[in-house]
Amino acid sequence: MILVTVGMQLGFDRLIAAMDALAPKLGMPVIAQTGQGTYRPQHMDARAKIAPDEFETLVQQSRLIVSHAGIGTVLTAARFVRPIILMPRRAALGEHRNDHQLATVANLAGRPGILVAMDEAALAPTIAAGLALENWGAVQSSTARGLHTALAAFIENRPR
Amino acid sequence: MRHSPITVLAVASGGGHWEQLMLLRPAMTPYAVRYATTEPAMAAQHGIGDAERLPDCNQNRPLQSALCALAAMQLVLKIRPQVVLSTGAAPGFFCILAGRMIGARTLWIDSVANGEQLSMCGKLSKIFAHECWTQWEDVAASTGARYRGAVL
Repeated sequence: MILVTVGMQLGFDRLIAAMDALAPKLGMPVIAQTGQGTYRPQHMDARAKIAPDEFETLVQQSRLIVSHAGIGTVLTAARFVRPIILMPRRAALGEHRNDHQLATVANLAGRPGILVAMDEAALAPTIAAGLALENWGAVQSSTARGLHTALAAFIENRPR
Repeated sequence: MRHSPITVLAVASGGGHWEQLMLLRPAMTPYAVRYATTEPAMAAQHGIGDAERLPDCNQNRPLQSALCALAAMQLVLKIRPQVVLSTGAAPGFFCILAGRMIGARTLWIDSVANGEQLSMCGKLSKIFAHECWTQWEDVAASTGARYRGAVL
């Protein structure tokens, strides 16, 4: 199953509509949390809001998550070791108040289990790449390694 | 001579703050870590059955915040940690303040969700904690907080 989410607060119809168009060709069920969007999906099990408990269960059942570039979802994906594709909201299209999601994807692209689709045209190949990912769960990003090392040094009061 | 492990009080509110603390947990296994959170049930889900409970609070609720600060002081006096660290939010900041009063070394790790500026507690921690780290290089450049990496 592929889980699509745009959070609960804002709509992101560009992502939802693109995933709805792709859903029949993906060969597995697609469940979507559509937030405050107005587009009505035809090929996905779509709900405006999914309660946090149920959302976690769905993440555990999923093979892949496709999401707006929200940090909360990235953390949940990391916790359950699920690959996640991020598509950034664009302020120019009225999808968010500013373009901070562009900064988020620029920063997170290439970290283990995180893929970026800059727009809806990039979704299909990125989903294929995400489903093909293997054995990435044990890989620690260089940024996480750095933070862990620095944390141990702080706790032991070692100079850095 | 054998030293007993360093006592660490690690504090995070429920939700994303706790998730980030749990992502740091492997780095803390050599130490005697006590966890504190506003949602002990969430800690239990991660196999931490003895997490200390702190009341939740935020800057808009002064009475709650005062109670939380008292609870933080009580907790720090009970555990007597050598290090206090928090990934957020306000209850963790109060533990850092309490930690400073007993001579603990204190560390604030601002949430990875704050990619544009430091949280309110992050800004305060730049003054009151020994170290304040951001998980974003750009935020480090604009605020003077340190960048040491990120949980992701």
